[in-house]
Amino acid sequence: MSDRRDFMGMALGGFAGLGALGALYAAKRTWDPLPSVKAGGFTTLDLSNVPENTLVVEKWRGKPVLIIKVPKNAKPNSAPNGHNENAYDDKRLVTVGGHKYMIVIGLCTHLGCIPDYFPEKNKFICPCHGGQFNAAGEVLKAPPPSPLVIPPFKITGTKVVLGEEGPEYKKLLAAGVVS
Amino acid sequence: MAHFDPNAKPFSHKWLNERLGVDTLKRVLSTEYWIPKNINFLWAMGMVLAATFGVLLISGIFLLMYYVPTTKEAFDSVNYTIMSQVGYGWLWRHVHAVAASVVFLIIYIHMLTGIYYGSYKRGRELIWISGMLLFVAFSAEAFSGYMLPWGQMSYWAGMVITNLFSLGSLNLNGLVEWIRGDYVPGQAFLGRFFMLHVVLIPLFIIGLIVLHFGTLRLPHVNNQDGEEFDFEAEAEKWKAGKKKEAKVIPFNPVFLSKDVFVMGIYFIFFFYLVFYHFEFAMDPVNFDPANGLKTPPHIYPEWYFLWSYEILRPFSKNIGLIAFGFAQVIFFLLPFLDRSPNVAPANRRGIFKIWFWLLVVDMVGLTILGKLPPVGTWTIVGTVFADIFIALWIALPFVTKMEKPIGGK
Ligand code: HEM
Ligand code: FES
Repeated sequence: MSDRRDFMGMALGGFAGLGALGALYAAKRTWDPLPSVKAGGFTTLDLSNVPENTLVVEKWRGKPVLIIKVPKNAKPNSAPNGHNENAYDDKRLVTVGGHKYMIVIGLCTHLGCIPDYFPEKNKFICPCHGGQFNAAGEVLKAPPPSPLVIPPFKITGTKVVLGEEGPEYKKLLAAGVVS
Repeated sequence: MAHFDPNAKPFSHKWLNERLGVDTLKRVLSTEYWIPKNINFLWAMGMVLAATFGVLLISGIFLLMYYVPTTKEAFDSVNYTIMSQVGYGWLWRHVHAVAASVVFLIIYIHMLTGIYYGSYKRGRELIWISGMLLFVAFSAEAFSGYMLPWGQMSYWAGMVITNLFSLGSLNLNGLVEWIRGDYVPGQAFLGRFFMLHVVLIPLFIIGLIVLHFGTLRLPHVNNQDGEEFDFEAEAEKWKAGKKKEAKVIPFNPVFLSKDVFVMGIYFIFFFYLVFYHFEFAMDPVNFDPANGLKTPPHIYPEWYFLWSYEILRPFSKNIGLIAFGFAQVIFFLLPFLDRSPNVAPANRRGIFKIWFWLLVVDMVGLTILGKLPPVGTWTIVGTVFADIFIALWIALPFVTKMEKPIGGK
C-alpha cells in the first residue's frame, strides 16, 4: 500500500517539478526584451555640421549618444586622478572627414546618468555621484570605473552609422579601447 | 466529536461557533493574547503601521481607476486627469504619497524601538527577521510605485537602481536589460513595475504581515525592562480578577484601546500633512515628464533611502556596491551579531548604549549627506560616515560579547 502511495506522490511531484521548471522558463522569457526592441535599428548621423567643442546629443536604441568634435587643445582644466593629457591625442577618438570626434554612449559607466559637458573645462561632470571624464570619454575622477562606452559604428564619408561594426570600429575593438 | 445543534438559528453566535469556532479564535487571537503592562507608546507603532498600510491600500485602489500604465499616458493620467479632473482625485494622490513617506518614518521608529529594547532575541528572532522582510518588501513597493508617474525622477531612479544589478565589474548588462525588458527603461519596464506595485508586492506584504503577527504570538511582545514573564501565571491572576497584581493585560479590549489612542494622535498628524504639507512627499523634479536624453542636475532618492544611498556614493563602483549590499543585509543579522544574553533597554547595557546612539546619529548623518550634492568636502564627510556605519556593525559582536550579564529579576 505504502509503495503505491509513495509512487503516486513521486509521480505527482515529478510532473509538478517539470511543470514548475517549464513555467519558470516561460516566466524568464516573458521578461526578455521583445524582438522589436532587440532589432533596435540603426541610426545614421551626418557629422559635417557638428560645431567644434560643442556637445551634440543623438539617440540610439533609446540611449543618448554624445558627440564632440574635439578641438586641437582639449586638455582638461584639472584631473583629480592625475591623467590630464590632451584629449585630442586619445586613441579613442574617431576620425571622420579629417576631423577627430568623440562618439560615445552618454551613460555614465558608474550607474548610468548622463554626464554634463563643460566646454571651457574640456571635461564632463556626472550629476549623480560626481564622476568626471575628459573630452575623449576617459575617466578623470571616480566612481565611474571605466571610460564612456563607444557604440558599434561604421564610417561612410562624413556619415556614421551606429549599430553596425565597420573596420574602424573593429580596429578600436582590437586595440581594446572600445569600452 | 462535531456536534451541531439542529435548533441553532443560522448565523447566530452558537451556529457560528459550532461551524467556525469563533469563541476560540477570539480568545486565542485577542481576548487572551496577553500584553505586558510595562510598555509605552512605542509599542503602538506596529498597529500604526498596519493602519497606514490599510490607508495605502485604499487610496491606491482609487488611484488605480484612472492611472494608465503606458509611457505616453502615465504622466498625464496622474498629473492632469487624477489631479485636476477626477473628483477628489488629488485627495487620494496626496494621501497615498504622504502615507508612503510617513510609513517609513514609523518603520524606522519601530525598528529602532526593537533595537533599543533588545526585542530581537530570546525567542523573538523570527519577529525581527519577518520584520526585516517587511522592510525589504516596503522598500520594493515604494520604489516600484515611484516609477509609475513616469516623471524625470522616476526614469532616472529606475535607470540608476536597475544598473546596480550589473554588479560592478561583473558587467552583467544582459541581466540589467532583462530586468528592464529593454536597453533603457521604457514601456516594458513601466508595465512590469506596475504589475509588481499593484499586485505581486502587496500580496507579499499581506502574507508577511500575517507571518509577522504569527511570530509574535508565542514569544509575546517584549517590555520596557526586558523582564521575562510567566505569561500563563500572570494571565491567571488577571482572569481571577486580580487585575492590579497581574503584570499583563489582554490585547483586546484593554491594550487595543491604548493602540487606538496613539493611532488617533498619529492620524491627526497624518492628515495635517495630507492637507497642509503634502509637498514634502512629492519631489518637484518628478513634475517634469521622463526624458531619456536629459539627466536632472542632481539625482537623489526619497528621504528614506538616503542613508543607504550615501553608503553607495562616496566609494569607487565596486567597493560602493559591496558597502551598499552590506548595508542592505546587515540588519537581518542583528539577532546573531548581538552576542550578549541581555534583553534590556540600551541605557542599561553599558557600551551597547553608546553603540545604539552612534548608529542613530550616523544614520541621520548619512541621510542628511545623501541629499547634498556629491562635491568637495561632502564627499569626504560622506566617506567617514559610511565607514563608521560599517565599523559599527563589525564592532557589534565584540562590544556585546564584553557586556556583563544583567542579573535576572
Ligand atoms: C509595515 C510593516 C510592519 C507592521 C504592520 C508591523 C506590525 C507589528 C505589530 C502590530 C507589532 C506588535 C506591537 C508592537 O510591538 O509595536 C510588531 C512588533 C515587532 N515588530 Fe513589527 N511591523 C512592521 C515592520 C517591522 C520591521 C521593519 C521590523 C524590523 C526589522 C519589525 C520588528 C518588530 C519587532 C522586533 C517587534 C517586537 C517588539 C517587541 O516585542 O517589543 N517590524 N510589529
Ligand atoms: S552615475 Fe555617474 S558618477 Fe554615478
